[in-house]
Amino acid sequence: MSSTLAHGASPSNSPAILSTRAMTKPPPSKRPRTGPMADRIFGWVAKGAALLTLGLLLAILASLTVSAWPAISKYGLSFLVNSTWDPVQEEFGGLVMIYGTVFTSFIALLIAVPVSFGIALFLTELSPAWLKRPLGTAVELLAAVPSIVYGMWGLLVFGPVLATYVQQPLQSLFADVPYLGAFVSGPPVGIGILSAGIILAIMIIPFISAVMRDVFEVTPPLLKESAYGLGATTWEVVSKVVLPYTKTGVIGGIMLGLGRAIGETMAVTFVIGNFNQLDSVSLFQAANSITSALANEFAEAGEGLHQASLMYLGLVLFFITFVILSLSKVLLLQLRKGEGEKT
Amino acid sequence: MNFSFNRAVLAVLTTTSLSFAGVTSAQEITGAGATFPAPIYAKWASDYYKATGVKVNYQSIGSGGGIKQIDSKTVDFGASDMPLTDEVLKTKGQMQFPTVMGGVVPVINVKGIEPGQLKLTGPLLGDIFLGKVSRWNDPAIKALNPTLPLPDAAIAQVRRADGSGTTFIFTNYLSKVNAEWKAKVGEGTAVNWPAGAGGKGNEGVAAFVGRLPNSLGYVEYSYVKQNKLNYAVMQNSAGNFVKPEDDSFKAAAAGADWSKTFYHILTNQPGKDAWPISGATFILMHTKQDKPASATEALKFFSWAYKNGDATAAALDYVPMPDSVVAAIEKSWGEIKDPAGKPVSFK
Repeated sequence: MSSTLAHGASPSNSPAILSTRAMTKPPPSKRPRTGPMADRIFGWVAKGAALLTLGLLLAILASLTVSAWPAISKYGLSFLVNSTWDPVQEEFGGLVMIYGTVFTSFIALLIAVPVSFGIALFLTELSPAWLKRPLGTAVELLAAVPSIVYGMWGLLVFGPVLATYVQQPLQSLFADVPYLGAFVSGPPVGIGILSAGIILAIMIIPFISAVMRDVFEVTPPLLKESAYGLGATTWEVVSKVVLPYTKTGVIGGIMLGLGRAIGETMAVTFVIGNFNQLDSVSLFQAANSITSALANEFAEAGEGLHQASLMYLGLVLFFITFVILSLSKVLLLQLRKGEGEKT
Repeated sequence: MNFSFNRAVLAVLTTTSLSFAGVTSAQEITGAGATFPAPIYAKWASDYYKATGVKVNYQSIGSGGGIKQIDSKTVDFGASDMPLTDEVLKTKGQMQFPTVMGGVVPVINVKGIEPGQLKLTGPLLGDIFLGKVSRWNDPAIKALNPTLPLPDAAIAQVRRADGSGTTFIFTNYLSKVNAEWKAKVGEGTAVNWPAGAGGKGNEGVAAFVGRLPNSLGYVEYSYVKQNKLNYAVMQNSAGNFVKPEDDSFKAAAAGADWSKTFYHILTNQPGKDAWPISGATFILMHTKQDKPASATEALKFFSWAYKNGDATAAALDYVPMPDSVVAAIEKSWGEIKDPAGKPVSFK
């Protein structure tokens, strides 16, 4: 304090003076520097942590494969296209669950991506400043709701509403239309593929929109201002400047949401209907998903083929996630290549 | 002053922790298995702890899990809703005995029909769950219920999505009374349902049926009572239509001969008042005990429960075993022996 008073004319420049002094004359450090050995140990620990993750991944994969082996050796890849799931006759095929997992996640993305994009766009470009904080927090709060609460809500509140105000009117409207009729058929109970997809969409919207908002915000104002200065509309700025600049983050956010949708268990099991038959393409048909089948049947599954088949399903889920991750990487690579050709 | 206060607190803490350690290390029984009897086992365990200071840990992990755990001897007793046959028990070196009974009840949600008004038969129930009888005003339902206002609407079948003993009892009954069901679907804790939607747990099915108009499902009796669900009466093997209640479950148990074996699935039992979809839940124990002391404690617990636990069981809507059956059970405990070949005492 006394030194700043002695040197500085006004208190406002004192920090600058202090920092220059610190730069030119570093105070003698009393702490001993870490030796090269400590550095190396730190390196090993960090490497170990990274390898541990990889090791765990491989161990999980290996134990899944071993436990699923009876089913793999019996059914091979035909497990993936067989839609019979009969624990009594011990005949198992995973098509119903695979279809349910993929289709519900697809519906969820179909709804969640545009909505999240809208939320992120509004929060970063359009919203008045006073609304940004409360609205952003509200969206983030959605992510904090436990999934079982979504499940209960879907079953007790949303399902009946969907059945009474959407499904039944649609069914009576399309009753005699050949293809559309089949698309909305099924027991009028409001649970099934569509309800599960919508609940999943609500669950992943906060994830996708939070990531999108954060990456939109890091777009340099300079770029945006330049575009506005050239007379671009808000939409043009977003589509021509913000989106190309942030596409990695946006795709990352979507993948995060997709990952959550594919792995979600409790909420789905409440509203999907847990029905192991694949006899209709209806949006309202009760179905099953991989995670839901695992959660429901594992506790009481008899040893042997039933358990092995459930393990096989787990392995399939593992691969679906893996393939989706790889596809997103490939997509990003393609996008980058496209950029390279442009310049 | 301060110092002495701290010492006093420390002394109290040490004595309490010591006394707790004393109780837990000496006498603790663990069991695992079926979820259906879990509430009553937990209640019995807490009452028993108050009465004797012996702790009973029961993990409700499902019947399949209970069988696995007792096979690997990680628990003192296993619990299953599905009895094992005597041959299987013999090869495993285990024995089983029933603890409480319950009934599985068809529940409906149809406007204009009061609880207990709808009459169903076993074969018809099978046809409904097969999807063959798919509308409420089907002639087969109308013939049984000529005076009821049956709606012209599709039946929404609701059943358990998770593997469960309830499903086992229900499908076992349908297999006994409906030949097509037996051929196409069969019995088990989880089956390949030809129709309908699945709810998770009894509460899931109860929630579905409570909220979906024109639905039909099946749940444990206690859920019917607690949620005041609308139930149907069933025709039993004697041809009578009976209501699901304690007396009709007891009548089902009375129809079985418990003196030779406890392998009884109480579905479609004879007896003019017997509820046709009844079942007991079972405890599994090894007949050759490596740790006779914990076997003694486990048997003491169940002996206490048969004597003092009837009222709590009834309060939780389980049906206690009749006294004659309890006598047969306590006699059968003579099979449980310590390594020296002497029967484990439980008195």
